[in-house]
Amino acid sequence: MNSIVANRASKSTVERAAGLIFTVCGLVAILAVASITLYMILKGTPALTNVGIGELLFGTVWKPDAADPSYGILYVILTSIVGTTMAIILGVPIGLMTAVFLAEVAPPRLAGIVKPAVELLAGIPSVIYGLLGLMILNPLMYKLELLIFKNSSTHQFTGGSNLLSAVLVLAVMILPTVINISESALRAVPGHLRSASLALGASSIQTIFRVTIPAAKSGIISAIVLGVGRAIGEAMAITLVSGSSVNFPLPFNSVRFLTTAIVSEMSYASGTHRQVLFTIGLILFVFIMIINVSLTRILKRGEVSE
Amino acid sequence: MTNQTSILGRRRRGSDMVLCFLIYLCAAFSVALLVGILGYVFFRGIGSVNLSFLTTVTSALKGTTGILGNIINTLYIVVLTLLVATPIGVGAAIYLNEYAKPGRLVRAIEFTTETLSGIPSIIFGLFGMTFFGQTLGLGYSLLNGSLTLTLMVLPLITRNTQEALKTVPASYRSGALGIGATKWYMIRTILLPSAMPGIVTGIILAVGRIVGESAALLFTAGSDYKLPSSFGVGYLQKIFQSGGTLTIQLYLSMQKGQYDTAFGIAVVLLVIVLGINLLTKYLASKLDVNRKK
Repeated sequence: MNSIVANRASKSTVERAAGLIFTVCGLVAILAVASITLYMILKGTPALTNVGIGELLFGTVWKPDAADPSYGILYVILTSIVGTTMAIILGVPIGLMTAVFLAEVAPPRLAGIVKPAVELLAGIPSVIYGLLGLMILNPLMYKLELLIFKNSSTHQFTGGSNLLSAVLVLAVMILPTVINISESALRAVPGHLRSASLALGASSIQTIFRVTIPAAKSGIISAIVLGVGRAIGEAMAITLVSGSSVNFPLPFNSVRFLTTAIVSEMSYASGTHRQVLFTIGLILFVFIMIINVSLTRILKRGEVSE
Repeated sequence: MTNQTSILGRRRRGSDMVLCFLIYLCAAFSVALLVGILGYVFFRGIGSVNLSFLTTVTSALKGTTGILGNIINTLYIVVLTLLVATPIGVGAAIYLNEYAKPGRLVRAIEFTTETLSGIPSIIFGLFGMTFFGQTLGLGYSLLNGSLTLTLMVLPLITRNTQEALKTVPASYRSGALGIGATKWYMIRTILLPSAMPGIVTGIILAVGRIVGESAALLFTAGSDYKLPSSFGVGYLQKIFQSGGTLTIQLYLSMQKGQYDTAFGIAVVLLVIVLGINLLTKYLASKLDVNRKK
């Protein structure tokens, strides 16, 4: 069989088997996504009928362990949305500027330092970000909290584990994604656009902000969308950093995200509580699917316009 | 022509200077962030890392704090995951690049591969817990964790292999087919060797992903930190037993407030990440050489 020369029958059997095996390998991805979707729906929907959609999605009281349990997850959903938005607002400008630096401004030697640094940032495990958030950010936040709420009698002190700490960790964690995708989008902008702008008398910075960035718009938008996906799905880094009670997402409140609710309660939850946690998983999954589909749309539109 | 009207003598705009400063500031921030993280972790953690930390298991009886069990669990997960994910991922890439004709099926495979890489690890964790853990009855085990991670790293291996296959010149294919090789023979002897650096890069990136993963393992592989029970059979049985990787142990130590252990593990993890980073760099440069030939 190792030789080119083999009899036709065995050769064609091997050929057909190879083709079949590769096709099956290709189908694994479809199968995986289909079964994940199926399982998330199967496991996530019972709580919707048991608790009631309205009470579950729009209730604001989260007391799964009480004698008269209440399963309102509105604040958890809001926390994920608000937290992700804040992380994007903080992280994207820094990421985009760094991408501009790498693609447009940097002398090769400086780019040779920044680029590997960004790649390494992407490789750092999320628990380490969590550890650093807990050890560095939380004490700082606590000091800030003491300063701001010195005279407040209603504020519940969190010891620094609050929404703001989690947002800062998330903003840092989306940086590599935003930088890498925006950088390749900026590099893909044809040189003649830049030359034309420069020849018309625009300065190089004007060219970057008025010509190159608008031209790379679809790539930069997909960088932001991927950043949203990364931020909304991050769990381990912010579980301990964001505090442990369900509250309205104000910067200095201790909060629960969709992801952190699952991580911190799944190990001991049972019955309806467990079902609700799966519903939280389903909501997260729906968010991610929306992000994925819109990403494909953006990329396709980008291709068409080119 | 006076200096004022010449383009060469024009004044620099104030806004340009500000923006330029901001650009440099942001780039400096990214680098400072990395240096700060590495510096702080090594500063806090290097004291806990010594021979007994790396070669013993935490035991109140012997009074030791060690992560050998977690290191072994991590190795188990890495090897098992790659054993399953590599053939499937490479096979899928070969199908997409060499067999499939453009159409609905290819679009579906590419879309789902894209989707898999976007699904957060906590969702993989939930799926692994219910499907592999309950439906297939694997419970909390290293095998469950590995199968869950297989789904997670599959896109990484598929995409890297696909990229590598695309760089193999079409003339190689027509040359091999032209002198009478069958398709599978051509793939096995021409395509796969030429694409090898790309495939290996994908595998190493997958190792990095596996070593750093935590959320998907918490509810699938569990958190046991002990060594396999006995030599020989014990090592095989371990596959079906619970085992926490380094990241899981780091998370648990952090939760219990054992920050010295946590930082010690963080140092070990960062060293591994650095190593993997250098290795991919080296392979990427090899890939370039391959192309020039």
